[in-house]
Order: sequence, then C-alpha cells, then structure tokens
Amino acid sequence: MTLKRTPLFSAHQRAGGKLIEFGGWEMPVQYSTITDEHLCVRRAAGIFDISHMGEVIVRGPAAEAFLNATLTNDIRKLTIGLGQYTLMCHEHGGVIDDLYAYRLGEQEYLLIINASRIEPDVAWLQERLAAFPQHADVTLANLSDHTAAVAIQGPKTPGLLDQLFPAASTGGTHVAKPSELKKNQIAQFIFDGQPVCVARTGYSGEDGFEVITPATLIEAVWDKALNLGHQFCLQPCGLGARDTLRTEVCYPLYGHELDENTTPIEAGVGFFVALDKGEFVGRTVLAHEKANGTKKKLVAFKMTDKAPPPRPHYAIWAGGTAVGEVVSGTQSPSLNNGIGMGYVPPQVAEIGGKIEIEIRGRRFAAEIVKKPIYKKAA
Amino acid sequence: MSTNVPADLKYAKSHEWLRVAGDVATVGITDHAQHELTDVVFVELPAVGRKVKAGEACAVVESVKTASDIYAPVSGEIIEVNKPVSDDPSLVNTAPFAGGWFFKLKLANTTEVGALLTPEAYKAQIGS
Repeated sequence: MTLKRTPLFSAHQRAGGKLIEFGGWEMPVQYSTITDEHLCVRRAAGIFDISHMGEVIVRGPAAEAFLNATLTNDIRKLTIGLGQYTLMCHEHGGVIDDLYAYRLGEQEYLLIINASRIEPDVAWLQERLAAFPQHADVTLANLSDHTAAVAIQGPKTPGLLDQLFPAASTGGTHVAKPSELKKNQIAQFIFDGQPVCVARTGYSGEDGFEVITPATLIEAVWDKALNLGHQFCLQPCGLGARDTLRTEVCYPLYGHELDENTTPIEAGVGFFVALDKGEFVGRTVLAHEKANGTKKKLVAFKMTDKAPPPRPHYAIWAGGTAVGEVVSGTQSPSLNNGIGMGYVPPQVAEIGGKIEIEIRGRRFAAEIVKKPIYKKAA
Repeated sequence: MSTNVPADLKYAKSHEWLRVAGDVATVGITDHAQHELTDVVFVELPAVGRKVKAGEACAVVESVKTASDIYAPVSGEIIEVNKPVSDDPSLVNTAPFAGGWFFKLKLANTTEVGALLTPEAYKAQIGS
C-alpha cells in the first residue's frame, strides 16, 4: 500500500523530519528529539502537522438534530463559533471515533475526525443519515482530501498567532485577534486573501491553537509560522512528542484508549456523554453502564521504582494475577518517569492502588494515580 | 549529518562497536545508532557471568519511542557491565564510544573478531 502524504511532506523533509508510517500516512515522528520537542511545547511553542486528520462538514436545517442523534455530547450547547469534544458510538456503546465538533454557522458544523477513522466514520455518518427521518434537510461533505491543518501549541503561542493572523476575525467568534479566542472557540481569519479557521484547542495539555486551511494554503501558513516563530522559540514537532504530551495529560488516542469494543464510560470520558439530551446512538448501553458500572476501567499509572518505560500491550498485574493491559505508555519527558494508562477491572481501579507492569518477563512496581498524570504548576 | 566512526574499533551490522584488548572486548552502540534512537532513557544490561553467542540479544536500550535489542557482536562470557550507564542512560547519547559502553566480554574465539566490519565497511553501510 502506498502511504499517503500531507501537503507539508516536503516541508518536513526540509526541516529534517524523520518520517514514519502512521495509520496509512507518512508522517514526521520527530525533527530533533522527542524529549526536546516535548519540553519545547511545555515551555514555549511547537507546531505539528495534523493534516492527516479528517474534516467533515454537516449542513442544513436538520444538521443539529442529526448530530445530536449521532454523537454523545449535547450539540445544542454550541453557539456559533464554539466547539466541543464528543464521541460517536455503536448501539452497543463501542466507540467508532472521538472527535471535535465545531459550529461554524447557524446551520453548519465542522467535524474533525481521526486520520485512521475517516473511512469508517464517513460510512457510518452516511448510513445513519440515510436512516434519519429528516435526511433531506442535511448534507454531508467529506473535505478531508482538500483540507489541511496544523496545531500550534504551548504557552507562547497566543503572541505568535496574533502576528500570524493580524486582523480581526471575519466569521465564527468575533474577535479582534486570535489571542482573544477562549478555549474551544473557533473563528475565521483571512490569510493570503483566503479564509482559514483558527480554534483555541489542542492535544498537548498546553494552551494552543489549531489552524485549518485549504490544502493549498497550509505550506504558506507553516513557513510563516516558523519564520515568525523564532522569537517565540517555536520548533516543528512530530508525532512522537504529540503522543508523549497527550499521554502525560491522559487524553485518549483512538486505537489505544478507545476502540469499537470500549465505551466512553469505560474510558473515563463519560463527561462528554449527555445522557439527559434525549435519544442518541448508544444511549441505552451507556446509561446502563453509568448507573451499574463497567467491566473494565481506564486507569493512569506511574512506575514507582527504577524500571524500563511501560509500553502498549504489557500486562498489568494486581494481587499476584494478570488483570489487564497497558494501552499507552512511555517515559514522561516532563516527569522523567515511566507513565502510562491501561484497562483493569473496576475493583482494582483505585487511586493509590499498587499494581505491577510486566516488562520482558519481569514485574515492576507501579501506582495508580489521578488523571492527568502531569499537571502544570499553577 | 556527520557521524563519528572511530578508526580503532570493529563494528557489527546491527550497530554495536567492539574495542579489543587482548582477549577482552568492550561493547557499546555506535554514534549512528544513538543518533537514530535519540533520547536513551533506559539501559538493561546482561548478568555478569552469562555466556553469550555472537548475534545473541543480551541487552536492551530504550528510547522514549521504543525498545531495541543489543546483540553480542562475538561469543564470550560477560565479565563486567557499565553500572554508570544504567544509572545515567543519557551517556549512550553523549559518549557512545566512551562512558556509554555497555559490557565487557572475554572472547571465546578471537577469530570471530575478524568477521566484523572495518570502520570503512561500517561507514559504507550507514552511508556516512
């Protein structure tokens, strides 16, 4: 299979990015080192290519009703220019994808979906739409092939964004400059005469922005951000740092914490399941789980003794038996300690609980900790 | 990217280096290998006294991203391991041919050394 490339492929080569396969895409894993890029985002600013992610536009008089029947969060809470984290589930509660939904206009929504899930997501949305009573009042458009995006993350990014997009917004949330956007707000700005979307969202646990543009425009945004970024210590960052950053703050990654056999309640993201909003796909199972508990629960843990870094698929032991499996694990660059997340039975899932991680046939002590594992000092 | 390939060492295709003194060889990983791995965060060393065969996995080096096996370039008995590199794995990145060595072994068969790569051959392999 030929790997897909984003419009920033040659920019990554120029920047010395080390390219790897990720979900069918040829993407940069790092430019300098994962630790260096990770710490740069925690202390200053980093820019990530996220053009592999998918974009779907849902429009029409019944778009809100359709999305509310299909996604877990309450989309009626979105005013124009606001976004929310949400999930798309099967009837049995298993997660098809986790995504961000933004309201761009009165009857227009933008869904940002995972790269590896574009095909199943679009197929599912089309299938649900066909069965939706007001389907004539909704249109779906998969813009993934024509749309690109970068995430610009870190405490120094507001100043950078104001230089990158120096005029007032022209759509979405009305602001004089990007730094006036509040968390989860989205607005349209003009770049090189073309409209781009800027959202104050991210996947790093830091303040930051995501910039969504037509595919043909992204390289100009990337280059300009890097040029302006010198004074903000901006560095290009790869998927390696993206993964360690999100693991430290316990953000789920589809294929690790989430899959079709795992529910949002099991994954600890029940906050984004609005059981009180009326009927939606998966509601019966999710309401039952919320009331009666689940068979497994996602926990975060820290290694407590000197140990190799935990990795996905390592066994988790408690009380002398194997009780579960690590789904994400790494050496935390911020804490310089092995950290991870994994699924265990609910009776094991207690903060402070002692567990062991089996690494190459030996078991190493770990402790279940509160999420997020890393929290910025106030 | 300039990569250091010292002229007085022998090399394995799997990116270990070997420094021979009499019938004792010191083993580590190359500058090229540490550069590819980046951010070494953990080193697991073999037990002293273990007998290893050429090509046998006998140590593990872990970066933030992944775990990689380290192979014995030649057969022999492990007679010493580098405790400091276990305490400070970043030595593998900062001093791959000095403080970042992994273990010493007593050669079982000195002729095996001749089968290893010369610095020139290793340079050709890594395209340096």
